[in-house]
Amino acid sequence: MAVTTLPAQRTLDVPAVLKECGLAAFVAFALAAPMVGLETLPLTGGLGINTRFGAVAYAAVLVFFGRLGFALLRAGYPVPVLIASLVFAAVLISLLLTGADQILPFKSLILNWFIALLAVVITVRAAWALHRPTAEMAARERENVMDRVGIAVLRGARWLGPLAIAVAIALPFLPFADRRFLDLAILVMTYVMLGWGLNIVVGLAGLLDLGYVAFYAVGAYSFALLALHFDLGFWVSLPLAGLMAAGAGVLLGFPVLRLRGDYLAIVTLGFGEMIRIILVNWYSFTNGPDGLSGIPRPSFFGFPFTRRPAEGTMSFHQLFDVDFASIQRIIFLYYVILVLALVTNMFTLRLRKLPLGRAWEALREDEVACRSLGINPTNTKLTAFGIGAMFAGIAGSFFATRQGFISPESFTFIESAIILSIVVLGGMGSQIGVVVAAILLIGMPEWFRELGQFRMLAFGAGMVLIMIWRPRGLLAHRDPTIRLNRDGDFEAPG
Amino acid sequence: MLKVSGLRAAYGPVEALQGVDVDVDAGEIVALIGANGAGKSTLLMTICGAPRARSGRIEFDGRDITRLPTFEIVRLGIAQVPEGRRVFPHMTVLENLQIGATPAEDSYFDDDLDRVFAMFPILEERRHQSGGTLSGGEQQVLAIARALMSRPRLLLLDEPSLGLAPLVMKRIFEIIKEINESQEVTIFLVEQNAYHALRLADRGYVMANGRIVLKGTGAELLADEGVRKAYLEGG
Repeated sequence: MAVTTLPAQRTLDVPAVLKECGLAAFVAFALAAPMVGLETLPLTGGLGINTRFGAVAYAAVLVFFGRLGFALLRAGYPVPVLIASLVFAAVLISLLLTGADQILPFKSLILNWFIALLAVVITVRAAWALHRPTAEMAARERENVMDRVGIAVLRGARWLGPLAIAVAIALPFLPFADRRFLDLAILVMTYVMLGWGLNIVVGLAGLLDLGYVAFYAVGAYSFALLALHFDLGFWVSLPLAGLMAAGAGVLLGFPVLRLRGDYLAIVTLGFGEMIRIILVNWYSFTNGPDGLSGIPRPSFFGFPFTRRPAEGTMSFHQLFDVDFASIQRIIFLYYVILVLALVTNMFTLRLRKLPLGRAWEALREDEVACRSLGINPTNTKLTAFGIGAMFAGIAGSFFATRQGFISPESFTFIESAIILSIVVLGGMGSQIGVVVAAILLIGMPEWFRELGQFRMLAFGAGMVLIMIWRPRGLLAHRDPTIRLNRDGDFEAPG
Repeated sequence: MLKVSGLRAAYGPVEALQGVDVDVDAGEIVALIGANGAGKSTLLMTICGAPRARSGRIEFDGRDITRLPTFEIVRLGIAQVPEGRRVFPHMTVLENLQIGATPAEDSYFDDDLDRVFAMFPILEERRHQSGGTLSGGEQQVLAIARALMSRPRLLLLDEPSLGLAPLVMKRIFEIIKEINESQEVTIFLVEQNAYHALRLADRGYVMANGRIVLKGTGAELLADEGVRKAYLEGG
């Protein structure tokens, strides 16, 4: 089939464009009217309703003009779009910069910046269309661009990885790193570690595990109970908790590994719930829904982070002869989870190059072929389950020591769902993808915290956008584990 | 080398093998031909333990392997090239070969790789390409090479000519001959393409409705009137 590039047709079907924009505005209105337009207020004697239809109308108008901009771009009129969006962006940004944004319908600073960002995007696209009038960016082409970005990121992993690690190491000492920021960083890091752990099970071995949080819970409770009853410290309990979680993984693995796909997913989902229900009901052992408190904080290899240490011990600030500050403990926690996460990552990367890791991937691709090539599928799956569970357990004990308090409420299904989303949205099997997805999915609701309950909308919007632009995950691409170089020797890429 | 006696196997209520006796001696090429649904593939799969035999006995080098799990059977030195090739589509050629080498000792890997690449230069050219992007013939070659990486003494081939162009098919049969002669691998192959298979084979079996109905040398079967009618002359 001959492909001819037509010059942009300068025909504007006004009714069709208006209909399209009107429809988009209507959808925005229909979505925003109940979610934004109505707000329940607690009043004495019941709930009252506060209406915000001004904001709804503003949202619908914004969507109408945004859509109009795209429609005009498509029809080949970049100039008016460029001017209009440039003016809009400039006015909005200058209002925001001068602090005169109180006249805007939306009071949220981050939301206004977000709108400004969208205006800038339209401006850039208009400028792009002006620059290359014939090259319409078709959806297909855009996907290729995103693919190339994904591959470029992975190519760059050689220097991007160390760079990211360097940034992560320097993070606590950057000027903007206050306590709140570091807490968020620790949270994101915990999910990165969990994502990398689950990536072994789901991304490499292809076993869909919907109950991963169970192993996280086993690790957290193992650590808490060991520390409370046997007075074991963090560094002793950590590997023990990992081993116990791995044991739980193998225990679950034995009966369920004959199942595949959907059936496996359902069983793991059930297992996740079972663990939580046991934690709630076994009151004498787990303290039930009240949870376990008084879990010891980690010490700096035996030197506690306290202002006044107990008689005969030395605390961290005395050891290094610095003033006591509570942030020292936060920074230490940050480095602990950073190291744990990096160990998880290194372990996975090494395993991928070993026969075991390759067997996992082969098993994901074709189980029957694997069997006929002498791979023992049961053992292979069990190791994937066990190792994945072990990292969840280690992350769980870190969670317990950071919080100082755990209860079954922290280990609900939604946690499993979030971890799985991080793995899937990051691109199954991609290590960097997990980091990006964790930052987006965990960080985004935090940045939008001033929107209150609406921040979950931001979470949902993030997911929808990834699904539209990158249906196979942000960085979905698989690299070979080994190559032959020119001399015929083996080399491991990355 | 391989001795199958009175073998019965079934998928649920459907009995696919109704008492099959087959012998394969060391160094031979033995072909099994028959119409669709005769039970040829089932026989090969049952030798590898999936589906499991209902009754009967399978011996390999005098050892009873009827009840062994698949991966242990493979580790004894039987490799199967499954029907439809089943290469790992998202893994590179080299990785496919590595997976194939799982049952073999690591120290053989480099030599075996050189040997396989010498036999199939196309694989060396394509070694970084993922399995799914190869052509049908190349995938078949890869599937055979992958099986050879496990250093088998007996190679089971399930319809190696399936879906291949005549020229490619001819080359595949040459390769099978080469493997048999130069590598001293015994070959038991299942084929729809009776003419090529019987010309290649030392001995052959004809299967129908889950039973062996005829056996003899390749030349004898090619000359047999019934075989000619049923499998060689179209229509």
